[in-house]
Amino acid sequence: MTHSTVEPTPASATPEGGHLLELRDLHVEFRTNEGVAQVINGVSYHLDAGETLAVLGESGSGKSVTAQAIMGILDTPPAFVRSGQILYRGQDLLTQSEEQRRQVRGQEIAMIFQDALSALNPVFPVGWQIGETLRQRAGMSRADARRRAIELMDLVKIPGAAKRIGDYPHQFSGGMRQRVMIAMALALEPKVLIADEPTTALDVTVQAQIMDLLADLRRELNMAMILITHDLGVVAGVADRIAVMYAGRIVEHADVRSLYKAPAHPYTKGLLESIPRLDVRGQELSTIKGLPPNLMHIPSGCPFHPRCPYVQQVCVDVVPHDLVLGDGRTSACHFAQEVRDDSAH
Amino acid sequence: MFRYILRRLLQMVLAFFGTTLIVYALTFAGQGDPIQALAGERPVTPAQRAYLTEKYHLDATGVGGFFYRYVDYVKNLLQGNLGESLTGRNIGDILQQAWPVTVRLALIALAVAIIFGVSAGVIAGIRRASIFDNSTLVLTLLVLGIPTIVLAPLAQFFLGVKWQLFPPTAGSDPTFYALLLPGIVLGSLSLATALRLTRASVAENLRADYVRTARSKGLVKRRIVIVHVLRNSLIPVVTFLGVELGNLMSGAIITEGVFNIPGVGFNLFRGIRTEDGPLVVGIVSVLVVVYLVSNLVVDVLYAVLDPRIRYE
Repeated sequence: MTHSTVEPTPASATPEGGHLLELRDLHVEFRTNEGVAQVINGVSYHLDAGETLAVLGESGSGKSVTAQAIMGILDTPPAFVRSGQILYRGQDLLTQSEEQRRQVRGQEIAMIFQDALSALNPVFPVGWQIGETLRQRAGMSRADARRRAIELMDLVKIPGAAKRIGDYPHQFSGGMRQRVMIAMALALEPKVLIADEPTTALDVTVQAQIMDLLADLRRELNMAMILITHDLGVVAGVADRIAVMYAGRIVEHADVRSLYKAPAHPYTKGLLESIPRLDVRGQELSTIKGLPPNLMHIPSGCPFHPRCPYVQQVCVDVVPHDLVLGDGRTSACHFAQEVRDDSAH
Repeated sequence: MFRYILRRLLQMVLAFFGTTLIVYALTFAGQGDPIQALAGERPVTPAQRAYLTEKYHLDATGVGGFFYRYVDYVKNLLQGNLGESLTGRNIGDILQQAWPVTVRLALIALAVAIIFGVSAGVIAGIRRASIFDNSTLVLTLLVLGIPTIVLAPLAQFFLGVKWQLFPPTAGSDPTFYALLLPGIVLGSLSLATALRLTRASVAENLRADYVRTARSKGLVKRRIVIVHVLRNSLIPVVTFLGVELGNLMSGAIITEGVFNIPGVGFNLFRGIRTEDGPLVVGIVSVLVVVYLVSNLVVDVLYAVLDPRIRYE
């Protein structure tokens, strides 16, 4: 097993010592009847106050599992955190008691989910569900919680909030439902908001509205945000930095501009090239050949080597370490320099 | 909602006439000579025959005569007159005596199903694959596998006769204690089904996305289970129990027969055995109404419990 070595560089340095949130070499496995799947294999990333980190990857790359590990809401069994640290304000959450971790949830780190229809409880009105957090966690009275719930629904721009507070989740449109979800996550004014594919279940036009809302709220409330997505288009306008995940590892980590300009990992390069371009007619869409690996049998060496156009013998034999490329960029590829130079021209 | 209930009530009227017609036909259409059936082995004098023919409108024959008598029967029924049994007793009076006993028995059975079935189901659902879960699974399988016609005499013999923990039979005007064992026997089937249904529903809801959301809100586990999971899990269970109460209220022929309880099922059974057509039709007509009403109540209750259900 390899150890990632993300070195702090000027671009990602923290204002006052440690990062707000930092993952160190996190390993999570799923123990199932068919065997053990290594879902997270040494993920390290960090988040500073007020910034937005996008975690990018296809389904099964481990981006949501990482987020659930941070929240402490993994379903155990089958999921087990095998090793690593999750530092929040310097405290390792993984060594804390369940009660301490519960206090962190919602209050310090909050999360919104992909499908708001199933993520909201179908039998309670939305106002009740937003207010529940306030009543249970902040000790508010029923009336105060109701008033605050209306304010929160106004904040996320739900029209006629006061009238809609008694409505049930199924009575809202997809976009409005996701706004309810956001209002609920913001109830206790968390410092970190984890948005797990917040727009995947929505229409394209609504996607843009929700992303704008999230970006505005993040700025207004001075939160830090982890934006989990598989959609490169969503990331560009909102994120400061991007971490690209593949087979439970971070394969590339860079600021948005330089990553789009010159990806330094063949996987990222493949992802960017598979976006259709409007300015080229009659193009054939390029794809990444093959399928993501089975997490019970991750390929030797670099897990991406069976799909990689740059593959050499060393990729099959040796697990690549994070190569530091300067400007806070890293790439877990033996040929990171070549790939970047290739992409640049 | 109001329009839905109104439409359902209209449907109920149709269902009522349909079912009573079928029951009436099944009971009387096949009879050879109803007057001789009434008299049994004894000879019937011409005067008696003329009187009875007039009384039961037997002068009209064929399909026309059948509908003539059916309409006549329904007319009386709508005036609250269920007629007389072949033994000359007023069927309304019979039901008035039998019904309270059956209702008490049904409520005991339902209470048994709720207290033991639902709570054990909740525990089994939360602790899936535990010893408790597995043993309830085996026990419910056992109960579901044994028909009441076997279970009732077994319980009566061991608990009533051999170990004398309960009165073996109830008799007329039974006490609560005398109805307890029959109630448990009658409720055991509902208990087993309720347990399985609750277990499956709780286990499924524990994995639901909204539970993950509730956890991410930082709620304590007890609240997540009691408020969020149970509220959702019990929707199908309440529906089942509602339908089940309708079933139980319409009498338990076997249980009431074995334990000699003078309830609705007992009287119905006697009516069938002695070929007492008017008694059978009278009781079944009332049972149809009970069943239809309890089903409507369940449907309305379902909409109240689950806001996603809207009847148009």
